Amino acid sequence: MNLDPILGTSIIVLPDMISAEIKNKYELVIGLEVHAQLLTKSKMYTSDSTEYGNLPNTHISVLTLGHPGTLPKVNMKAVEFAIKMGLACESDITRNNIFARKNYFYPDLPKGYQITQDKNPICVGGHVPITLPNGTKRSVALTRIHMEEDAGKSMHLAGEVDTLVDFNRAGVPLIEIVSEPDMRSSDEAYAYLVEIKKLVRYLDICDGNMEEGSLRCDANISVMLKGAAEYGKKVEVKNMNSFRNVSRAIEHEFERQIELAEQGKEIISETRTFDATTGTTASMRTKEDLNDYRYFPEPDLSPVIVSEEWLESVRAAMPPLPRELFHKFVHEYGLPEYDAGVLTDSKEIALYFEDLCAHTQNFKAASNWMMGPVKSYLNELTLHISDFPVKANSLAELISIIDEGKVSFSVASQNIYPELLKGTDKSPLEIAQELNLIQESDESSLKPIVETVLAENVGKVEEYRSGKKGLMGMFMGQVMKKSQGKADPKVATKLLTELLEN
Amino acid sequence: MEKFHSFDDIQKSLENRETDCKAIVDYYLQNIQTKAHLNAFVEVYRDSALEQAAKVDEKLISGKAGKLAGLVIGIKDVLVYKDHEANASSKILKGFRSQFTATAIQRLIDEDAIIIGRLNCDEFGMGSSNENSAHGKVLNAADESRVPGGSSGGSAVAVQANLCTVSLGTDTGGSVRQPAAFTGLVGIKPTYSRVSRWGLIAYASSFDTIGVFSRNVRDNALVMEIMAGADNFDSTASKKPVPNYSELLHFDKRAKIAFFTETIESEALQPEIKANTLAVLEKLKQEGHQIEEVHFPLLKYTLPTYYILTTAEASSNLSRFDGVKYGYRSPNAHNLESMYKLTRTEGFGEEVKRRIMLGTFVLSASYYDAYFTKAQKVRRLIKDFTEELLNKFDYIIMPTTPSTAFKFGEHSNDPVAMYLEDLFTVQASVSGVPALSLPNGTDKNGLPIGIQIMANSFKEAELYAFGNYLMELHNN
Repeated sequence: MNLDPILGTSIIVLPDMISAEIKNKYELVIGLEVHAQLLTKSKMYTSDSTEYGNLPNTHISVLTLGHPGTLPKVNMKAVEFAIKMGLACESDITRNNIFARKNYFYPDLPKGYQITQDKNPICVGGHVPITLPNGTKRSVALTRIHMEEDAGKSMHLAGEVDTLVDFNRAGVPLIEIVSEPDMRSSDEAYAYLVEIKKLVRYLDICDGNMEEGSLRCDANISVMLKGAAEYGKKVEVKNMNSFRNVSRAIEHEFERQIELAEQGKEIISETRTFDATTGTTASMRTKEDLNDYRYFPEPDLSPVIVSEEWLESVRAAMPPLPRELFHKFVHEYGLPEYDAGVLTDSKEIALYFEDLCAHTQNFKAASNWMMGPVKSYLNELTLHISDFPVKANSLAELISIIDEGKVSFSVASQNIYPELLKGTDKSPLEIAQELNLIQESDESSLKPIVETVLAENVGKVEEYRSGKKGLMGMFMGQVMKKSQGKADPKVATKLLTELLEN
Repeated sequence: MEKFHSFDDIQKSLENRETDCKAIVDYYLQNIQTKAHLNAFVEVYRDSALEQAAKVDEKLISGKAGKLAGLVIGIKDVLVYKDHEANASSKILKGFRSQFTATAIQRLIDEDAIIIGRLNCDEFGMGSSNENSAHGKVLNAADESRVPGGSSGGSAVAVQANLCTVSLGTDTGGSVRQPAAFTGLVGIKPTYSRVSRWGLIAYASSFDTIGVFSRNVRDNALVMEIMAGADNFDSTASKKPVPNYSELLHFDKRAKIAFFTETIESEALQPEIKANTLAVLEKLKQEGHQIEEVHFPLLKYTLPTYYILTTAEASSNLSRFDGVKYGYRSPNAHNLESMYKLTRTEGFGEEVKRRIMLGTFVLSASYYDAYFTKAQKVRRLIKDFTEELLNKFDYIIMPTTPSTAFKFGEHSNDPVAMYLEDLFTVQASVSGVPALSLPNGTDKNGLPIGIQIMANSFKEAELYAFGNYLMELHNN
């Protein structure tokens, strides 16, 4: 055993030294708390702008600054956004919404309390369906979603003793999405976050940008022996600014906590901070010095009642959800799950695809075009689908002239598609005609070309006939060359075969 | 010699062209100067009041003046007025100027009232004697060795000593009614939510109301009808329409009136107050009204309920005063924690700190259910009892206070004795119902006695009409 020279206790073994066998004895339990900044124009309880990136303290008023005598007022758009998220997660929507104060002192919290929801959050229960990298699907249970306001930002300038505070962000609406301790691996946590981000973007309620802080995640992590009846003591990890870092933090905590358990040491219920450079977590504060937030009902706001009519109007205005489109693409369009997954990754791509499918019945070809030429064009120029110059009906026509045998896929993708990308008003067929690209599928006009090719290659014809069937490709190439690429390969093959075999 | 006793007098003089607003303001400014030692005013808005008077005079000439033209009003130092200082009588708000005007004040200005200054009070409205003020104590004009009551002591004395026509106070647990009783005035606490709280520096949000001090019922009713009503800035303000109280003062019905054994037989009750209260009840009986003695077993729980809930809310409402954004910041602070601690220790007075501590305690995790949750439940019981009783009876009558104005320092070392001052006023505050305090004679020392009438929520019109009737009955 390695002994610490000073304390005489065993030195902490590095995490990567834990054997798979030991790790396998334990179960990892994860619950996530995700804060999503809502895309409303004004703040949660005031009319100040929520615009990001302005000069410090330009989006403030007596309300944001908590001047004496001010009273909050609920932003109904934010409530609507929270309801949308709840409907998307199949949560129960609370009809009588009472707000609560969470009391603590911090310079970036102007009123000395945050107006949030405590005992009756706007959304109760619900679940988020996730898909793991190996294709396994499951559902992660939600505890609640509640509404609250963001704090300002404290800034410590290098070389300065004073702390500066920017209150622009103070009061910006947030929803906090709290999951049950329902995830069992970092992969599940990652997939859950991907899904949450996809949902908020589909619903258009949050831009989902974790690096900029519009999506923030805290993880509650514990370990227990497999089959144990009770969860272990949970550790809350903060300050992870990417999905990957959430994953790394979870992996690190898993090993750290097993480590402690294996050594018979106590796991302390505490808040830890993640360091992205080292990939490790460090203690921020223990439960003993946790704030007592003294929640109580906010007396300055009358309850927000969600009426049946309001709820129905929000429900009616819900955009299609990724899982609904996925289901449709697989079951109605008969696409492989892989295609459906890629196509529903973003709402805009999915909706473009839907538009495309309204104009063509060849769904698989449409999917191939989306995942191939369309995506590669967008990726190459780092464009958004909203900037894509080709209208869905135009792309659909391109697919149909291929299906009709008027042009080949290669002519379509190499000659016509680039023209469409230039943003022309011309239809794909018009372009094909103008560029003289219409495929020759008329046997009588193709036959002379085939005959000429065979006549010019008498020797090769002999070789073919004596068994060198591989020469077919060479004949096709010649036919294509002579027809300037317009020969319909199917008709040409048929004619070549007929003439060569006889 | 009092030139104007009430707004009635002012309106008559203006109609007869015997005076103008400038002269009225000058008259009050003169009185304020003469009675400066009462310490009712914290700040006199001499220039802006004279400016406003000139404007109103022009409007009067052109016949475009509002309903309150000629009314000169003082405001309690917990109501904010744009570009003017507001301190809540606290060192922690020293130098703070508000960037907006309270809805209640704006509505009065819109009707051409003239704001003459801001009035002393107990710090953040916490107190029953006006002794807890960073601006110093206020003297009762009836006996300058005695308190005017609190927390709106300055507002009471300003009207009592004829330093303005009417004044605004705030009433969280009796802060208008108790000083009105101590100074022989009409004082109302309206139904909770009847007047917008936008611009009222919060003490206890679910109790705070803005009330009025006046010499008579009509002036009071007129000011209330203009201040009351829905407000876009206060989501808790009631949207119920506001009747014109001042035009509904005629009273000719036979009322059903209840009084409580527990108040009239209270050991704390001064004998003369008991006698005067019983005399009123007797007179009403003779006039043919139905008077009934009722038990109010919850009386002893009203004060603890009130102090638990109001201090809980206060502890949170006063968190914003931290030295970060405005007001006082301790110059002795050397880091964040010491800035908080020193700013709040040096900035708040003793009573405010006592209530913040008490409120923080009752909201703390280990005591929450034992105090806060239980007090919320008892509040519900008291409210239900009061409202049910007021469904059966038109009014509840009781003394406003157990005693008349006491001497300075009399309760200073005994906060509980001071809290007992609110014994009869907190029921209306805990229940949210309106209550009116009226003058009801004097004690052997010539100190004013008050009588309190309560009616059901939003029955201000009925309350004023009955109050007016009672005053007439008294004077006949």
